[in-house]
Amino acid sequence: MASNAAVPFWRAAGMTYITYSNICANLVRNCLKEPYKTEALAREKVHFSISKWTDGKPEKPTLRSDSPVE
Amino acid sequence: MLRRASGLLARPILAARARPFSTDLPAAQTADATFLEAWKKVIPNMDPPKTPLSFMQPRPPTPSSIPSKLTVNFVLPYASELATKEVDMVIVPATTGQMGVLPGHVATIAELKPGVLSVHEGNEVTKYFISSGFAFIHANSFADVIAVEAVPLDRIDASLVQKGLAEFTQKLSSATTDLEKAEAQIGIDVHSALNSALTG
Repeated sequence: MASNAAVPFWRAAGMTYITYSNICANLVRNCLKEPYKTEALAREKVHFSISKWTDGKPEKPTLRSDSPVE
Repeated sequence: MLRRASGLLARPILAARARPFSTDLPAAQTADATFLEAWKKVIPNMDPPKTPLSFMQPRPPTPSSIPSKLTVNFVLPYASELATKEVDMVIVPATTGQMGVLPGHVATIAELKPGVLSVHEGNEVTKYFISSGFAFIHANSFADVIAVEAVPLDRIDASLVQKGLAEFTQKLSSATTDLEKAEAQIGIDVHSALNSALTG
């Protein structure tokens, strides 16, 4: 099989397909008209809290609630 | 002696029969027969539990003559836009160009680029702008289109598109690393696709 087939420019730059797809989706959401834009951005907000565990106990969690960028 | 000859003739034919393609296999059964029998032997009074296979609808087999309608499933991560809708044609924005899919289309997997998906049913055309995704066209005239983000064209704001296009063109000229150049190029591609969707 062709192992040096032409790769898409984003893969040549080190980006994965999922990253590319998410960037495209974010750009499209940012170009929407008003009520739809806030709905779309609100729907895609991600909240999660991460805590490192040491010696079987969780340390203080950090909250991340950025809307996904890239 | 003649009986042995017919046996010898039969064997090479069986060996030459290749494994069937996945598109030619009959639809999978909805329940596992051996499991059901074993269950009934042990617990005849209770209904057997349903397995995931029985919740899934089996794929309709490939009909011998081309069907008159294409069945489209158009899904997004948060909603299913079209579910087994029968249409005449869909035009998908594949990376290799706009691809028209009619009933009886050859089985294809196409990666989609940012562009317009149009669904043609009778005289009406419904258009969606897709950010990116895939289209799976099966041999039995079922098409599955999956996209991350899809909006009807009237929800796109033209001034934001122009602003974005100018911004990313400027970013491309000032980009240094490969990654920044790639991101700027993606921005330009998406915004110019949005632009042509609005004007085309």
